Amino acid sequence: MSQQYPALLVIVPLLSAFAISIAGWVNKRLCFPIIVTALSVAVYASVGLLLTVLEKGVVIYHLGGWPPPVGIAYYVDHLNGLVLVVVSLVALLNVIACKKSIEQEFPDKAAPFYTLYLLMVTGLLGIVVTGDAFNLYVLLEIAALTGYGLLAMGEERAPLSTLNYLYMGTIGACFYLLGVGYLYIVTGSLNMVDIARLLPPLYQSRAVLAAFIICMVGVWLKMAFFPLHAWLPNAYTHAPSAASSLIAPLVTKVMVYVMIRLILTIFTPEFAFATLALNNIVVWLAVIAIVMGAILALAERNLKRMLTFIIVAEVGYMVGGAWLGNRAGMTGAILHIANDALMTLCVFLVVGNIVYKVKGYAFENLQGLFRKMPFTMGAFVVGAMSIIGVPPTCGFFSKWYLILGALQAGHYGFMAALIFSSLVSVVLFFRIFEICYYEPFSDHHGHDHPPEPMDEAPPLMVVPLLIVAVILILVGLYTGDIVNHIIKFAIPEGLV
Amino acid sequence: MAELIPTIIAKYNYWIYITLMMIGLYAMIAKNNLVKKIVGMNIFQTAIILFYVSIGVKKGATIPISAGGHGAVHEAVHAADYLNPLPHVLMLTAIVVGVATLGVALALALRIYSRYNTLEEDEILAQIRKK
Repeated sequence: MSQQYPALLVIVPLLSAFAISIAGWVNKRLCFPIIVTALSVAVYASVGLLLTVLEKGVVIYHLGGWPPPVGIAYYVDHLNGLVLVVVSLVALLNVIACKKSIEQEFPDKAAPFYTLYLLMVTGLLGIVVTGDAFNLYVLLEIAALTGYGLLAMGEERAPLSTLNYLYMGTIGACFYLLGVGYLYIVTGSLNMVDIARLLPPLYQSRAVLAAFIICMVGVWLKMAFFPLHAWLPNAYTHAPSAASSLIAPLVTKVMVYVMIRLILTIFTPEFAFATLALNNIVVWLAVIAIVMGAILALAERNLKRMLTFIIVAEVGYMVGGAWLGNRAGMTGAILHIANDALMTLCVFLVVGNIVYKVKGYAFENLQGLFRKMPFTMGAFVVGAMSIIGVPPTCGFFSKWYLILGALQAGHYGFMAALIFSSLVSVVLFFRIFEICYYEPFSDHHGHDHPPEPMDEAPPLMVVPLLIVAVILILVGLYTGDIVNHIIKFAIPEGLV
Repeated sequence: MAELIPTIIAKYNYWIYITLMMIGLYAMIAKNNLVKKIVGMNIFQTAIILFYVSIGVKKGATIPISAGGHGAVHEAVHAADYLNPLPHVLMLTAIVVGVATLGVALALALRIYSRYNTLEEDEILAQIRKK
């Protein structure tokens, strides 16, 4: 059984997606238990895989028994073991937390929504687990196409924003495919490990250089790296809250994983950092991404839109950290994939709860929320502290490694950008705390309005949110273990 | 110039795919009509499909069907005599992906049309700004 985990991880959600669309015809109430079961199996399998990897090292699974390079191999090491757990856990917690909001926002379309949701998770898990470059492209498109469907179910402007995302996403995936084509021309292989074996004599070839840059641009488009971010804020803001709290934490982070996989496994750090002298340029691009993301977030008067610009800045953290070209920076980037997925989930679930109760997410709608929804806002404070980077929460530790990496690389610009964006986050979030806590201002003549009664979201929404908030703190407390037992082995020893 | 022409001719498949890709990109950026943009996107994808198909070609090779047939005598197959079928097979998947993307894009365009009664991007943006 445990040898089949890599296949189960993808097949169970895939088949359950079809089961849900059939169950939707029979009885709508069957859909939710099916999706929760399927995602629980995925969480179970991914945790099992991570434990196996920790115990025995890399797991290689030959699909259909065909050995690579002819067949497709699933390849799980410490890096994607960690990302798999994060992806499946975020998907499971999110679907439980969003059940009520799905029923409220589109009661008739719950079954199609769950189907697309599960297919999207299948795509994301597949991207992370696969060891085949072309298979990755196909799963990328599965995740993207279902994502377009989910995003377009939102408010009035959602289809237009999604169409803009679709253009950019398609170009990004096409660029990735083109890069894989160039790699196939020079190596004749599509298996990642096999390509890595064949590439070293070809490092000086211009086709390999072109393949690398084209793949990178494609992946950057997909993850909304700063100059290529234009599609993200609108698409995520107008989406239904259940969809944005799945897609915002996962899609950009999974694409960062793909970038790190390209650098570490396919092209190896020697090529990416030593042969090409691109590090410095990319890290400066990341600096611009962080600063611009922070400034654009500051300009928003709307909670959800502000958070989307924070995502743009966070992508800058991870790209910059990965491209610093040293162990500490890469550790920070990998740790931040996990941390950022969890804290983005936390704040977007809060937005979901607010939308459920208040029907809006502009700053005016947030007045007096600390009194109305104390638990939700408590979780929001934890999520915000984590994004700012306050010590017991996990955001502090990944930022710590990133700054350490910047110091080691002597890249003070990146360090300054990290500190600048933390300071801007303080302003961003304390501005919201102020509105939620003090407004509406009472007049000074003694006859205060009676305080608004508590009107918290239902427990099914609040409990998963509080679990996420606790996880944020726990991950922060156990950062040392995660780094020493997982991430240390995810980075090849050549990288110091 | 004299050296340039042979390089262009020798690698004409790359030039064709790049040209097609740029036509697609131009349509996506410059056209105002959403359906034209979607068509541009499709041209962009098709360019890459053609690129893949063209890299399977070998000089003097034939279609990759073994004369012996399936399960017949195991004769030695010279790889050089046959086109490389793998890129073609990969592109079957990419074509399916392309069709699916086109379908999703057109469905979105339909939703947009039913909401704004137009597919011209500037008119839609004007309507959004008015609100």
